[in-house]
Amino acid sequence: MTAPTGPGRLLDSVGTAEVVRLDAHLARWGAVPDLPVRSLLEAVDQSGLRGHGGAWFPVGAKWRSVAAGRSPIVVANGAEGEPASGKDRLLLHHAPHLVLDGAAVAAKAVGARRVIVHVSDDSVADVTTALAERERRGVDACSFEVVIAPDRFLSGQESAVVNTVNGRNIGIPSFVALRPVREQGIAGRPTLVQNVESLADVALIARYGPQWFRSVGTHDSPGTALITVTGLWESSRIVEVPLGTTLENALGITPGRADTIQAVLLGGYGGGWLPTSTALSLPFTEEAARALGTSIGAGVAVLLPAGVCPLVEVARVARYMEGEGAGQCGPCVNGLDVLASQLELLAHRPHTLSGGLSAFPTLCGLVEGRGACHHPDGVARFVRSALGVFGDHAAVHLQRGPCQTTRPFLPVPSASGVLR
Amino acid sequence: MSRSRFRLVVDPVACDGAGVCAELLPEVISLDPWGFPIVASGDVAPGLVDMARRAVVSCPRLALHLVRVDD
Repeated sequence: MTAPTGPGRLLDSVGTAEVVRLDAHLARWGAVPDLPVRSLLEAVDQSGLRGHGGAWFPVGAKWRSVAAGRSPIVVANGAEGEPASGKDRLLLHHAPHLVLDGAAVAAKAVGARRVIVHVSDDSVADVTTALAERERRGVDACSFEVVIAPDRFLSGQESAVVNTVNGRNIGIPSFVALRPVREQGIAGRPTLVQNVESLADVALIARYGPQWFRSVGTHDSPGTALITVTGLWESSRIVEVPLGTTLENALGITPGRADTIQAVLLGGYGGGWLPTSTALSLPFTEEAARALGTSIGAGVAVLLPAGVCPLVEVARVARYMEGEGAGQCGPCVNGLDVLASQLELLAHRPHTLSGGLSAFPTLCGLVEGRGACHHPDGVARFVRSALGVFGDHAAVHLQRGPCQTTRPFLPVPSASGVLR
Repeated sequence: MSRSRFRLVVDPVACDGAGVCAELLPEVISLDPWGFPIVASGDVAPGLVDMARRAVVSCPRLALHLVRVDD
């Protein structure tokens, strides 16, 4: 039961077994030690673990806030609505027991009896099989329920998760600025919504302690991250890297290979574009990405190959994101539609854009910070960064017209869920 | 003794763009091209707090909130 020393922690046994069943899990990691609540909270605080769902909020602080309330509920969140991310599904398939161990630890630490495992349809079989194994062995003191996340971009958003579990406004966020979910969520109870990767980290922190956890990563972002990388290989792949590593080193990208990459999108469709050299040499952490106006989101890196019209891609994503809005806040409903329409003109009929690019910053400003959730903020970041990085390409469109041929590249689901 | 500070917050889900708030409190609230309120950043000026309260109770959707800012 030795602690892993390399960067492969959560994906430690990939290659030896596709799915780590409970027997193999216990043989590899042993049972979770029975620590008192105070020690658990201290260990998570000291580990410096931050949430891997995309917000990168300190996990210990969130737990203490939820633990202060009465009869809280824990959600292990693996909804993963971001089309360019696949790490939660992989983790739930490959190492479901690390996630469930972490959820059980979280429940104990905050004083919850009930854990909801909120996952996409793809992961339900993986989770139910794992839960049945645990039930037979009597592993857990808390109760687990599985709730299916609707197939929508926003379904993993914290207040949307609460609505889905409560059974009203399924997959739709609420206005929670004045009453956060950690105070009043599922069934009106304080609710801890934690990404499944963060919980898998917790499972190892409970076993090996915060110092071990901090042995890789940076001071502010310790540990590893699962990153979904698109555009480097034939299909997307998920890699586990120490936080703070550059993509260049983590992915072994040679200068020659880098020359074939037009630009890099970090953080997915609510993240932002960076020039290739900047993105590849950036320490992969949320604070480094934010300093450049982007985000690593849930650990997403898309390498846009040469020969693809970036403006067509940006317009496709903007239209997809417009359609994935919850449709309940005026500025987002109106603003994202106009933004997507203008981007479609820039991509396909640039001569009809009367004001050139001047409308875009204003439109972004009209949606930023004005939704119940951060959906419009993410789209604005995506669009602003795109116009920064692809400014030269946009100038060519405006002067000479659209690109002649292009093939779609970024993964955009053609039809979204039925819960429109 | 310091005076309480207040901020106006719009619940964008409840708001349907009636525009009453911008009429009552043009110093703080303007309307976007679609008629939805844009609240000026920062605290409400002390002299406008009473008017802000009136805007809050006048909203037909009860979408405007006056929130005390903790120091």
